[in-house]
Amino acid sequence: MAAILKGIGASDGISFAKAYRLMEPDLTVEKKDVADAAAEAERFRAALKKSEAELEVIKEKARKDLGDDKAAIFEAHLLVLNDPELTGPIEDKIKSESVNAEYALQETANMFIGMFEAMDNEYMKERAADIKDVTKRVLAALLGVELPAPALIAEEVVVVAEDLTPSMTAQLNREFVKGFTTDIGGRTSHSAIMARSLEIPAVVGTKNATADIQNGDLIIIDGLQGEVHINPTEEVAAEYKKRAEAYAQQKAEWAKLVNEETVTADGRHVELAANIGTPADLEGVKANGGEGVGLYRTEFLYMGRDNLPTEEEQFESYKAVLEGMEGKPVVVRTLDIGGDKELPYLNLPHEMNPFLGFRAIRLCLEEQDIFRTQLRALLRASVHGNLKIMFPMIATVNEFRQAKAVLLEERAKLEAEGVSVAENIELGIMVEIPSTAVIADLFAKEVDFFSIGTNDLIQYTMAADRMNERVSYLYQPYNPSILRLVKMVIEAAHKEGKWAGMCGEMAGDETAIPLLLGLGLDEFSMSATSILKARAQMKHLSKADMEELAAKAVQMSTAEEVVELVNAIKKNS
Amino acid sequence: MSKKTFTVTADTGIHARPATLLVQTASKYSSDINLEFNNKKVNLKSIMGVMSLGIGKGAQIAISAEGNDEEAALQALETLLQNEGLAN
Repeated sequence: MAAILKGIGASDGISFAKAYRLMEPDLTVEKKDVADAAAEAERFRAALKKSEAELEVIKEKARKDLGDDKAAIFEAHLLVLNDPELTGPIEDKIKSESVNAEYALQETANMFIGMFEAMDNEYMKERAADIKDVTKRVLAALLGVELPAPALIAEEVVVVAEDLTPSMTAQLNREFVKGFTTDIGGRTSHSAIMARSLEIPAVVGTKNATADIQNGDLIIIDGLQGEVHINPTEEVAAEYKKRAEAYAQQKAEWAKLVNEETVTADGRHVELAANIGTPADLEGVKANGGEGVGLYRTEFLYMGRDNLPTEEEQFESYKAVLEGMEGKPVVVRTLDIGGDKELPYLNLPHEMNPFLGFRAIRLCLEEQDIFRTQLRALLRASVHGNLKIMFPMIATVNEFRQAKAVLLEERAKLEAEGVSVAENIELGIMVEIPSTAVIADLFAKEVDFFSIGTNDLIQYTMAADRMNERVSYLYQPYNPSILRLVKMVIEAAHKEGKWAGMCGEMAGDETAIPLLLGLGLDEFSMSATSILKARAQMKHLSKADMEELAAKAVQMSTAEEVVELVNAIKKNS
Repeated sequence: MSKKTFTVTADTGIHARPATLLVQTASKYSSDINLEFNNKKVNLKSIMGVMSLGIGKGAQIAISAEGNDEEAALQALETLLQNEGLAN
């Protein structure tokens, strides 16, 4: 039956494909007494058989579609599944305690997982992850529920999920994933950012996507209007075919600007750069005429795998991006992990307030081996292009000084080893913590540039979790408090002859652009897909006029008043 | 019971792939097969057991088998260790 879901358009475009539900099923286990322990053991053996058959299928498919490398993990799973030291004690427990198989499995597996996780050896810790995966599969078989296998998607699909975590998205094959829709999230949630980076339409925050959509339903994702159509009627599908064409036409218009500089109506140049996550994203940056990379999120190098990337692996990625940009600026942000971006293999303790906790530069200054490896890879790559390095989550001047000192030490070591490193590597910081924005004038004396990370700056300034729907109304990019902080940062930079950019979602926002231009922002870094639209907008804006507009905006009392002010200008122009 | 001792020659020791091969081979036989290293003894049909030993290059290991097909099992494991350049 046809149905429509409303959500937030998180990535522009329209796509048609079959639904693929990416859901972690409920695997909650209760302890139960069983009367016939022998029958229960038999049920356990049947679940093992079923799991084995599933794994054989997945392994073969992975081998065919993805190669022996990717298949090896499933081979390891098969061995764990058949390990007599695991299955034996589970059967014994079922029989000796007359408990249900689910409970015996979970208890026994947890004991092994704990044992392997406690070992002081990366390789053994990874085995804990294998046991977890296998346990999930057998539990699912016992409970009669299905597990998703996103790595194996091999036809065009729209992914339907409660939310997409960075590690889930890392497993998705961009060749086949044509759209996302999620129950929760907003324009700045990671699923939304990923969708824009992959240039696939997405609608987030639909509340009911996972409840209303079944595997195989035909889905239209309308990222422009924020609508999801489930099994649309022929009329609706035909209408959307037209809209998809119209959108393609508008994109073709914008595409004419791809080789042009970004110039305002009164002849002022600003730089429009792109946010990227992997070297593969460069294709989109070029196709959309990016004048640089304003934010290279290096986290993705560390995700979707079982161990830290080596210096060599990192070097290759950084080099690829620097060479690919052919001398245009590339701002690389050092590892920003923690918060909602977890790396299971680092075994970081769970925190009550991850966004206020041990993340980004805090983690890097503590775990210096990780940080130094990254810095060495960056410094070595620096000779291949125009590298600028940026530290995330800087809260104090001392943190910046410490990070800089580590960088200089690694530079000196490399030079002593005879490795060449570029002379002038600009060193900057993300401004995303209010404490840093407030003393931007003092930072400006020491850094080479600022990049304002609005997604976090807004949530920290307003004290509102951007993932929490009940307080999402407080996520107010146009609030005068935010505009004033942005103004302070830009003015502080200019006073010291430095530049200020912005790499949050706000930089590509149609309503924010006139204000940011007026506040004097030098570099706007956004999803590659937003660049041409922003360039077209800039052509019609006079910087002098926008300076007046911004001066008025920071005197407004509410975000709504600011928006009204901007809309009035739009109508007049 | 049949038993043989070996010296591990593989640079990476008995990890990952080698451990997988050993367990897969041992599992084809009905005999009880054990691996001894450093005074610890584990079931050679258990991947978790084998890997928990953390066997490195140069280690002295012993494989013992007991059952109907113990000779054949031991022979197959010896051939595997040698063919894969893991131990001699």
